[in-house]
Amino acid sequence: MNWGQYFTPEQFYMNFAADDRFVTYILGGLKTTLTITLFAALLGILLGFLVGTVRSTCDKTGKLRVLNAICKVYLSVIRGTPVVVQLMIMYYFIFATPDASKMVIAILAFGINSGAYVAEIFRSGIMSIDNGQFEAGRSLGFNYRQTIWYIILPQAIKNVLPALCNEFIALLKETSVSGYIAMQDLTKGGDIIRSRTYNPALPLLTVALVYWIVVTFLTHLVGRLERNLRKNEKR
Amino acid sequence: MAENKTEHTIENGETLIEVRGLEKTFGENTVLKNITTTIKKGEVVFVVGPSGSGKSTFLRCLNLLEQPTGGSILFEGTDILGKDVDVDRLRRKMGMVFQQFNLFPHMTILKNMTLAPVKLLGMPEAEAVSEAEKLLTRIGLLEKKDAYPDQLSGGQKQRIAIVRALMMKPDVMLFDEPTSALDPEMVGEVLTVMRELAEENMTMVVVTHEMGFAREVADRVMFLDEGDFVEEAPPSEFFTNPRSERLKTFLSKVL
Repeated sequence: MNWGQYFTPEQFYMNFAADDRFVTYILGGLKTTLTITLFAALLGILLGFLVGTVRSTCDKTGKLRVLNAICKVYLSVIRGTPVVVQLMIMYYFIFATPDASKMVIAILAFGINSGAYVAEIFRSGIMSIDNGQFEAGRSLGFNYRQTIWYIILPQAIKNVLPALCNEFIALLKETSVSGYIAMQDLTKGGDIIRSRTYNPALPLLTVALVYWIVVTFLTHLVGRLERNLRKNEKR
Repeated sequence: MAENKTEHTIENGETLIEVRGLEKTFGENTVLKNITTTIKKGEVVFVVGPSGSGKSTFLRCLNLLEQPTGGSILFEGTDILGKDVDVDRLRRKMGMVFQQFNLFPHMTILKNMTLAPVKLLGMPEAEAVSEAEKLLTRIGLLEKKDAYPDQLSGGQKQRIAIVRALMMKPDVMLFDEPTSALDPEMVGEVLTVMRELAEENMTMVVVTHEMGFAREVADRVMFLDEGDFVEEAPPSEFFTNPRSERLKTFLSKVL
């Protein structure tokens, strides 16, 4: 085996410079990956917030049973099947039209997927707040919704912020299956270069390096956020 | 502003809360059996009894933090167990102080106090702040107004919890073992605030283990044991001349 042949100056030129491949496939792919991740995360927060609130309301009060049952089915289906299968079902079966934007489909599929995990994070955050906080709110005359909104959620969100960020870092890596619906995300971009240059090392290692840099940077930010949150508690 | 129904104001000495045949069961467990009593405006009622006697549950039934399973409770003439009663509106008139303080840790002291009157009574923010500062001055904690609860001692937290409840200008204050979670040297400062409240004719229902304080401040002491309302009397009589064997046994242990 001679790995050296993949790393010659000529190979660097072929894989990155020729036809602007680095810009088109690596940077272009990264842009697609980040776009999907960002909007899927926003959709995930929205869905997860709603589902998590329904679930914990049912846990706490015994109300909203029908909605809760629907949410449970959603959680079970989404968490019980691979995201790449969900993505393909969304693309080939549910939309099944060439007119639909693949970007929109990917955002929907990953957002709906992420929402299930975010919901459980939110729910655990709400349930982790001491019941005395809840009773204090109610005894002042706040109704259930006001108590959740003014008193429970601000504390719960602060508690789950790190877990939430880690979920979105995981989401970033999960979008690497977008190639299954022929999207040119970062992973697919690297694979396209590989198929043009027959170099199995340079493009894929570059893709891995770019993911690693982005993930490490985000993880670093989460770490700082966690330290800040802890510091604030001692104010 | 909160709309006030046309109800006549209740004068001192008139009935504020009337409890009739109150019962509470948790599954198989009967925690309160057939409790009947009347709490008058301006009256300071202490509820004492052994752990597990149901005294906290009784208190929590009064503002429906626990849902009674039988009997009725009339507050200012309204049956609060009725179907069309607005529980949230009702609770605004009943301040509650908890054993664990339950201040909101993500808000400053000032915000803890102004949140409810601003959001629920429509009090202007500036008015709420000046009201809160007045109360803080009275309990000597004005300089803590921008602090967060975690920076305060237990005694300070509980005094804040009391004035937070007072911000709603309640008609009655419910105290659920307000000094039980405090270090001994901090009990006094909380009792001082409560004593002042009692002297200002606030109607108070207090669940406590502080027998000395009950003897000093109470107009009437109720004794609960295993969910039974055994007897009640003014403190002079209650502590020196108990009628039932159960109260005698209890007093012999705690005095």
